[in-house]
Amino acid sequence: MDHNEERALPWRDELRKSMKAKERTDIPRVHMPELDPEYRSHSRVEEVNLGLTSEMAMLEAKRCLDCANPTCMLGCPVGIDIPRFVKNIERGDFSEAAKTLKETSALPAVCGRVCPQEKQCEGQCIHLKMKKEPVAVGYLERFAADWERESGNISVPEVAEPNDIKIAVVGSGPAGLAFAGDMAKLGYEVVVFEALHEIGGVLKYGIPEFRLPNEIVDVEIQNLQSMGVHFITNCVVGKTISIKDLEDDGFKGIFVGSGAGLPRFMNIKGENLVGVMSSNEYLTRVNLMDAANPHSDTPVFKGKKVAVIGGGNTAMDSVRTARRLGAEKAMIVYRRSEEEMPARVEEVKHAKEEGIDFLTLHNPIEYVGNEQGRVTHMLLQVMKLGDPDESGRRSPVEVKGETKLIEVDEVVVSVGVSPNPLIPQSVEGLEVTKWGTVVVNNDTMQSAVPIVFAGGDIVRGGATVILAMGDGRRAAKSMDEWLRSQQ
Amino acid sequence: MNKIISKEYFSANVIKFEVEAPLIAKSRKAGHFVMVKVGQKGERIPLTIADADIQKGTITLVVQKMGVSSSKLCALEAGDFITDLVGPLGKATHIENFGTVVCACGGVGTAPMMPIVAALKKAGNKVITVLAARTKDLIILEEQMRENSDEVIVMTDDGSYGNKGLVTNGVESVINRENVDLCVTIGPAIMMKFVSQLTKKYEVPTLASLNTIMVDGTGMCGACRVSVGGKTKFVCVDGPEFDAHQVDFDEMLMRLGGYRDIEREENEQYQSTIKK
Repeated sequence: MDHNEERALPWRDELRKSMKAKERTDIPRVHMPELDPEYRSHSRVEEVNLGLTSEMAMLEAKRCLDCANPTCMLGCPVGIDIPRFVKNIERGDFSEAAKTLKETSALPAVCGRVCPQEKQCEGQCIHLKMKKEPVAVGYLERFAADWERESGNISVPEVAEPNDIKIAVVGSGPAGLAFAGDMAKLGYEVVVFEALHEIGGVLKYGIPEFRLPNEIVDVEIQNLQSMGVHFITNCVVGKTISIKDLEDDGFKGIFVGSGAGLPRFMNIKGENLVGVMSSNEYLTRVNLMDAANPHSDTPVFKGKKVAVIGGGNTAMDSVRTARRLGAEKAMIVYRRSEEEMPARVEEVKHAKEEGIDFLTLHNPIEYVGNEQGRVTHMLLQVMKLGDPDESGRRSPVEVKGETKLIEVDEVVVSVGVSPNPLIPQSVEGLEVTKWGTVVVNNDTMQSAVPIVFAGGDIVRGGATVILAMGDGRRAAKSMDEWLRSQQ
Repeated sequence: MNKIISKEYFSANVIKFEVEAPLIAKSRKAGHFVMVKVGQKGERIPLTIADADIQKGTITLVVQKMGVSSSKLCALEAGDFITDLVGPLGKATHIENFGTVVCACGGVGTAPMMPIVAALKKAGNKVITVLAARTKDLIILEEQMRENSDEVIVMTDDGSYGNKGLVTNGVESVINRENVDLCVTIGPAIMMKFVSQLTKKYEVPTLASLNTIMVDGTGMCGACRVSVGGKTKFVCVDGPEFDAHQVDFDEMLMRLGGYRDIEREENEQYQSTIKK
């Protein structure tokens, strides 16, 4: 059934007519219950957002007008049937809502938490045209996925008859997991190779538990395992085994979702001082290695005056982590203004509530250290906004002669990542851009080496979980078609 | 999980392990390293591969007991399992017939030098190995080095074995007596710094294999970054070997000491718990 046929079903029709549109739009948008900011800024792993109750979710679902042309769906990179899942919540069939999500999204509990909804589904909601707040699609998505998980009755998607065709996946992050799920559904024998000792990629090493608990990721992984997906950790494709080894081993298709593993630095004076590190290092120590736990062997600096350079989600994750590890002063240093920040609106809001200082329109130009080589100060250049640049955002311009020297004992550099070079270096014939991303056909995600498909940050060079998942799903569809055409 | 096949003490604090890792044994080359993690809450530490046996499917690691993580590894016995082991990582050593090569190694750095010496010899080089340690008991792998080198010069700080003096004295004696085309050095950072200073004076091209702090070992974290020729490089993916004359060893030494206070504290805690 397509969207229109679904929408015409008697239950949907009845539900739609049960309330006037005006009544629906008059309901104020739900507020997500949250942990107290003061309490949570000292609690390392407790999730900030507590989730909606059934009553809250059903009321919020009433706000949705069940539009004939749901623009929200156009904003979703994986094309979730948003009105159908929302209306299922409204009528109290949470299980059906969860099932709807899983038809198109491999990781709904994850996306409900980390997607930039304000730029996607919610950014296209009809309510905005009426100067009202959009339907809280993200909160509702999380609600349905959590409800299903907590009910203990997780539906395992139907898996086709095994076709005995082996498919390899490189990397177990969002792109790889989404791809693996779709291929398993189609009956392929899927093996996921992960370089680290944990499965989940950026969902484990990057995003902190206070935003995305590990348990949620693990349930999604178990779900894939119960669909027959195999996982092999501690295996670096391109190093431990080669793409050729995989081919010799009978793998008929390879999907590379190896991520954007290489942190960028700014190449300014003092950047290699002790106490200056990438957000990847900082977050990997705290998240993957659990370094702040006294039982962990991995050390981590617990700075008292911490500056995080950047304005993205990773910067917000880092600065809020620093606060939780005991920073008295935790600062965001960002060269543009708050309006241009790429971070999710909710992360900026949460950070502010937790007492994070925002030094916008400032850019570090040098770090100063003591005789032990430890960072003690940062020198910031004051900036102002100029004309829009190629990103469409107003570009930062130096205010000549205006600088500030600020005391710090730890600096986390979060100015972006470059693609992990391991695969591009080790696969012959792969086409690679000057930024190190793998070139693929944008529709099929197939690379210059026909057996190799790729998606996520290794192709995009630093994007979002949901875009990576969208790539994984597209790659699965086209690899399936390609393999069928080979037979 | 990788099984330890054998354990051998080179000295009280330097231990050789043979570990089951068939895929790594097959794909590794001289100069490669692995990341090792012991226990669920263990730390990931880099260790250079000292040897491998493709038939047996094993790799050889030589570990010096230093802090918590190396102590935990050294406490394992044959039959035990290493929780996580991944590799081979880094770029392999570039091997060709350079002519005469001096391999200068100190302490536990001798182990990762072993496969490089063997590969250089096989490629037709005249290999002169300078083995250095504080004292006689700390000289390791001498027999194997002799089998693969044209000459082995042993140096001890206290003169208890071989010649009395530092590794640099040994290297300098060779440079003074014959033409040297390349020097390779592996050992403590401070040792490599002085070898590099010496060979720079004589304009002998020199490679140093750096062992910095790493978390993932695959290019992801950047903890291992060093300045080489004024540019920041990652030891894990750009190295571990670099033109020694371009390496900023002072910065590297400074960064190596970055976690020293936290590590000392953790080690004291760990040592007190195992004594109980």
